[in-house]
Amino acid sequence: MSLLGIEGLARPEIEAILHRAKDFQSSTAKLDTLRNRLLVNLFFENSTRTRTSFEIAAKRLGADTISITASASSTSKGESLVDTLNTLGAMRPHAIVMRHAASGAPHFLARYLPTPIINAGDGTHEHPTQALLDARTILDNRPSLEGLRVVIIGDIAHSRVARSNVHLLSKFGANVVLCGPAPLLPPQLASLAPHVSLTYDIREAIAGADVIMMLRVQLERQHETPFPPGDYFKFYGLRPDHLQLAKPDVIVMHPGPINRGREISSEVADSKRSVILNQVENGIAVRMAVLERVMGA
Amino acid sequence: MSTLLIKNGRVMDPANGLDAVSDVLLRDGKVAAVGAGLTAAGARVFDATGMVVTPGFVDMHVHFREPGFEHSETIESGGRAAAAGGFTSVACMPNTMPVNDSATVTTYIVERARKLSPVNVYPIGAITKGSAGEELAAIGSMKQAGIVAISDDGRPVMNARVMRRAMETAKAFGIPLINHCEDLHLSAGGDMHEGMESVRLGLRGIPGCSEDVMVARDILLAEVTGVKYHVAHISARYSVAMVNFAKQRGLPVTSEVTPHHFALADTDMAPYDSNYRMKPPLRACIDVEGVTEGLVNGAIDAIATDHAPHPGSEKMQEFERCPFGITGLEHAIGLALEKLVHPGLISLGRMVELFTVNPARILQIPKGKLTPGADADVTIFDLDRPWTFDVNQSLSKSRNTPFHGHAFRGGQVATIVGGEFVWRLDGML
Repeated sequence: MSLLGIEGLARPEIEAILHRAKDFQSSTAKLDTLRNRLLVNLFFENSTRTRTSFEIAAKRLGADTISITASASSTSKGESLVDTLNTLGAMRPHAIVMRHAASGAPHFLARYLPTPIINAGDGTHEHPTQALLDARTILDNRPSLEGLRVVIIGDIAHSRVARSNVHLLSKFGANVVLCGPAPLLPPQLASLAPHVSLTYDIREAIAGADVIMMLRVQLERQHETPFPPGDYFKFYGLRPDHLQLAKPDVIVMHPGPINRGREISSEVADSKRSVILNQVENGIAVRMAVLERVMGA
Repeated sequence: MSTLLIKNGRVMDPANGLDAVSDVLLRDGKVAAVGAGLTAAGARVFDATGMVVTPGFVDMHVHFREPGFEHSETIESGGRAAAAGGFTSVACMPNTMPVNDSATVTTYIVERARKLSPVNVYPIGAITKGSAGEELAAIGSMKQAGIVAISDDGRPVMNARVMRRAMETAKAFGIPLINHCEDLHLSAGGDMHEGMESVRLGLRGIPGCSEDVMVARDILLAEVTGVKYHVAHISARYSVAMVNFAKQRGLPVTSEVTPHHFALADTDMAPYDSNYRMKPPLRACIDVEGVTEGLVNGAIDAIATDHAPHPGSEKMQEFERCPFGITGLEHAIGLALEKLVHPGLISLGRMVELFTVNPARILQIPKGKLTPGADADVTIFDLDRPWTFDVNQSLSKSRNTPFHGHAFRGGQVATIVGGEFVWRLDGML
């Protein structure tokens, strides 16, 4: 069973993964749940943290892993995506973790390949394990997602992290506020899921927030005239004074890698309200739960 | 030359105001007579009882890929697919390799079609050299060689001054200018219609306004120049409204729509399935309503398929890397019946007009009528026979259509060009 996105995932499945991830949080012991099982990490886009996180998660469960990055693979020799995947499929892995710059690339392959595919980020579409680890992190700090005010700030239009989080949080009754410069905040986002609202004003967004998620300014995905960088931090950078507007126990999240001084000030990134490193830690636990579910006997 | 008598069909010939059960006699490549109870000694007889008999259908917008992309389609294979779709004449767009921007390429297409195509092929010449949008192509020489219109389909002229000069030239040579309306800056990088679905799927949008602003520009320039101006594959509702406005002002402005743009909306797309990837993209439901309304009220003059074959190797890729376009010749009649005639949105006569006399009039070709003495091009179809489209039986070289496995009610039965069958459902040629 593939994991392609959060949108198509039912609430009980998400709950089961989050619940199981809790079991993996405390220990770094190596298990043998996935012994003799092979995981291929196929990254057509640069990634350090997600790829490493999947590798560690697989190894902790006793699986064998191979990681391939696009520059080292045959795609640079003109082989098509389908042929690359068919070739890998013929080597009989139990699952393929895939990151690709094209939205829908894993969905396209899942139609032709029997091997389960775990989407580790497809273009500007979804990044399901990121949303799962974010939910795990929020639930480590709050009893439930229901009714929380979760603010996501930045380049929403090009963010797969935002899309996956919107779907997940909405399924659990959180109120999601999306905030960013107008060209990066298409109005249709308000209809992406229930309980979603939009604002261009960071102060209005943060007022009463339980959770603030900052997004990286993804210059590589912006095909438009970019928002002037100086203005970006001025209007959409998270600074210490903003935190006064939120709930006192607000948590600040970021999927990383962070750009200090571009979307988040160092003071906030390093503050007690920041749970950025907890997210990284939870990434392994959540991915263990996902791998166990997808690859388990 | 042979004689063919089509008996007892419902003969619909909008140009002559005819809709009656009647016979059609074809002799020596021409229409000899239309009327009840015709007889002709020694004639081959086709019993069209229960069928509709019309002037041959004209598809004013196809891509036959020859010269240069013969692995996708050829004039021969495209011609066969056209015949199998009930079309007797097509106009082929110039985005070949080399581009049809000279009399040499035009002559090549005309000669290849004469030898190999079962249907009439009318080339459309490029507006600019290489369709690069800068220098005008050899429009006059191409006209002498046989083009019926000019267009830079797929690569619209962005420079308004160049467009104005092209319109003046087309007007002077007495041929229409057809534009694929898309402001390339507004649509840059787009994969599908900009709207809820593109935002949800994380695909880049091609906004409806990228079509609208170019239609608006062109209508203003058409008024300045007096050219016969035609909007290809119209898809956005405001574009339809502007064509209506131009017509009300009495300008010689016309438009066509493809079957897929009145049959499907962006919400009908199978996610990331490249068989739904085309330009203009499948639009929002409100745009589908807009073009349907245009078909009803007359803003839209013709149905054209924009038959755009691509080989499987190019369509089996990440969505954003796949080329734009779908094949369309063989299910155009089925879709028009299903979406327009069966639901009662337009009459059968109006549908026939959209496929025959109107496109023939726009292209100024002597087709689209069953007047005695006219070319013996006839399309015969039925209205109620259930059938299912199987792309693996397609006569096109390519397979890129979202309508594989689609169930239709009514469709083409036989196609006659110059008095001879070029395609028959029963295979009895």
